[in-house]
Amino acid sequence: MDSLLNPNRPPVFCPGCTHERLTGALDRALGLLNRKAARVALVTDIGCSGLFDTFFKTHAFHGLHGRALTYAAGMKLARPELTVVVTMGDGGIGIGGAHFLAACRRNLDITLLILNNFNFGMTGGQMSATTPPDAVTGSGFLNRLEHPLDICETAKAAGAPYVGRYSAFEKDLPEKIARAIGHEGFSLVDIWGICPGRYTRKNRISPKSIAAQISRRPAFDGAVAENTRQEYGALYRETARHAPPLPPPRRIEAVFIPPSTKRQDVVLLGNAGQRILTAGEILCLAGMTGGLQVTQKNEYNITVLRGPSVSEVILSKERIDYTGIETPSVVIAVGQEGVRRRKGLFKKMPPDGLVLAAEGLELPDCPCEIRLLPFKKQRIRSRDQALAALSVLARKNRVLSSKMLEAALKIRFPSQASRILETIPQCPPE
Amino acid sequence: MVHCLMDGNEAVARGAFAAGCRFFAGYPITPASSIFDVMMRLLPPAGGICIQGEDEIASIGSCLGASMAGLKAMTATSGPGISLYSEQISFAVGSEIPIVIVDVQRLGPSTGSATRGADGDIQFLRWGNSGGLPVIVLAPVDVTDCFRLTQHAFDLSERLRCPVFIASNKEIALTRESVDPEQLETISIGKRPAPVPGKPFLPFETSPENPVPGFLPIGGETVVRQTSSTHGIDGYITTDPAQIQDFRQRLSKKLLDAVDTYTFFDYFPSASKDLLVITYGVTARSARACLKAFGGREGPFSLLVLKTLWPVPESVIREKAEAAKRVLVLEMNMGQYVREIQRVLDSKEVRFFGRMNGELLAPSDILEACRHG
Repeated sequence: MDSLLNPNRPPVFCPGCTHERLTGALDRALGLLNRKAARVALVTDIGCSGLFDTFFKTHAFHGLHGRALTYAAGMKLARPELTVVVTMGDGGIGIGGAHFLAACRRNLDITLLILNNFNFGMTGGQMSATTPPDAVTGSGFLNRLEHPLDICETAKAAGAPYVGRYSAFEKDLPEKIARAIGHEGFSLVDIWGICPGRYTRKNRISPKSIAAQISRRPAFDGAVAENTRQEYGALYRETARHAPPLPPPRRIEAVFIPPSTKRQDVVLLGNAGQRILTAGEILCLAGMTGGLQVTQKNEYNITVLRGPSVSEVILSKERIDYTGIETPSVVIAVGQEGVRRRKGLFKKMPPDGLVLAAEGLELPDCPCEIRLLPFKKQRIRSRDQALAALSVLARKNRVLSSKMLEAALKIRFPSQASRILETIPQCPPE
Repeated sequence: MVHCLMDGNEAVARGAFAAGCRFFAGYPITPASSIFDVMMRLLPPAGGICIQGEDEIASIGSCLGASMAGLKAMTATSGPGISLYSEQISFAVGSEIPIVIVDVQRLGPSTGSATRGADGDIQFLRWGNSGGLPVIVLAPVDVTDCFRLTQHAFDLSERLRCPVFIASNKEIALTRESVDPEQLETISIGKRPAPVPGKPFLPFETSPENPVPGFLPIGGETVVRQTSSTHGIDGYITTDPAQIQDFRQRLSKKLLDAVDTYTFFDYFPSASKDLLVITYGVTARSARACLKAFGGREGPFSLLVLKTLWPVPESVIREKAEAAKRVLVLEMNMGQYVREIQRVLDSKEVRFFGRMNGELLAPSDILEACRHG
């Protein structure tokens, strides 16, 4: 098999740098697998390991520090047939730690070669995530205070199904890299090497000491039995085949005549969990069955089942521009938190306005009719009260008619509409 | 009469899908998450890919990888996520990677208020990349715009090979409204330029006719190089100042020279020409409501609603402001885009009205501002 090395761009590493050996080893590995240049993408990031893509005549993608795995993921998902090899340094594994963990967990068929030389060679020999505490680095005493990352143990714990830890000087490294690339799934190869430009100036390190260091660590040389599982891309495509397609937006036909042609500004006030937003949506749908244009602007806190919930619904014959409500025609109040949030609204009510409020709420003064709804007595659950208030409104034939409400419920809750409708007769009569 | 009930986020997702987007990656964030929700339901059944990144950096990174592999890609987030996207955005700008980025703006600074709206990222979107080269930002006003402009975003990002932002706002994204399905038109989406024929492929080579380099996907039959480093037309690092300068010039010019072809705006003239109100996004709706209250043409101002914010559509701004004595710029922030209007209309009195407290500017606020402006 021909070499995939770029004849026009020979490696430019410092004399004695193990990156140069690894360039050759990767080339031979790809040769052993008989991969053609156009079938291989080399993804790199910043640092000396980031020079790799230029030495090969394969597809190449060189990006930001520590982010190579993110590009590789998109590329591999888009083109499953592509052999994707990522090179990163020990610096990249530090800054891109989250991506490294995610790649291990996800198990896309990508091979990650970590060119681990225990320091930031390009920027001045600063400490990296793998620097031993006793090393002399460009980061002063800081590496003495930190614990180095064991990349392979971390990968194993994160679910990597294939992990190898080797010295850059091992003779059969091409075969080992080829095995990792050939593995269907995420494979990680942590290759320990030497940085003569920076690290060896102040630290003793040799092929022998690297071999000795590796032998003192847990051995990693291939499949991790407990992490063996189906490759992510294949599993994704298989699972996606069974995913039901999203239907187009539901078309709602105007079939009823609304009680009034006047614009209606309805504010629903409640507590989170009272299905205020759902009631607002039902009101919108009901309006649409009456041929009205609608908007629904919602306000709530980031907490899910705590805090106020406010929905402002406008129904109009004409296009609605501003979606807020300055003067409501109807306020539905079923929860104290919502009332508190919009307490200023009540005094702005017009004289012909209407407030429908659950009995027991503290309400501010208001210049229009207030209708109290005895929900507690009627044992209407808190989460149904906004909906029940809508039914009161419908039976007053105000804003919406009962037919519009019924149609809206059938659109929103096709299977539960009848159950919901049954609760409506429990609401107080006019 | 038939209508659909939809919010802005769903419309963005459906617009993207209609434009041929087949890769989406996002990280959960209010108020953008529901774009991910809809993409998750749209893409996998159609053979596309939707993933949740381990963070925002990964989300946009995988989009860049997928885009270079030939797919139309989109991601969506809010201000805190745009902050994390920043380095990757610079990459997409400098290395001409098509991508659509949706910023559903929420009230900042910082994590701010997740469920309150604002237009506080308008200058950030423009300048949030290292190197300061131009980007395209489109600002929808309503749900129909979300559908339409997202498609235009894809058209522009593919044809011009650049990131295109949709500057949405919680108040559009999560506000439902009835939309006429006939208005949800699909547009034809342009393609990435083809490489110069009859020559060996160079990944950043342009032709005299087109300042945008020809595209071939990573993974295709021809080997392709992509790099975030300063590169020449062959995609390898260059240190040649002349080549570098030409390249930067081209990145700028390819967007700036074409802006008149993608200036989206609405103009509502009124009988009184003295005052021109310029605004964008959800605030445009409040300004429209003011005009409607006066029966349209009798309104106290003419209204220019910009939907292309960046590059600044200077021609249309100058043209519509020509007859105006005064200009009032309305924004849901502390005054960002007004700087551009002041720059373009430097001989006119340009004033600002806005606030950033999570509330929409109400029509009554605007009328008050007009009286004092």
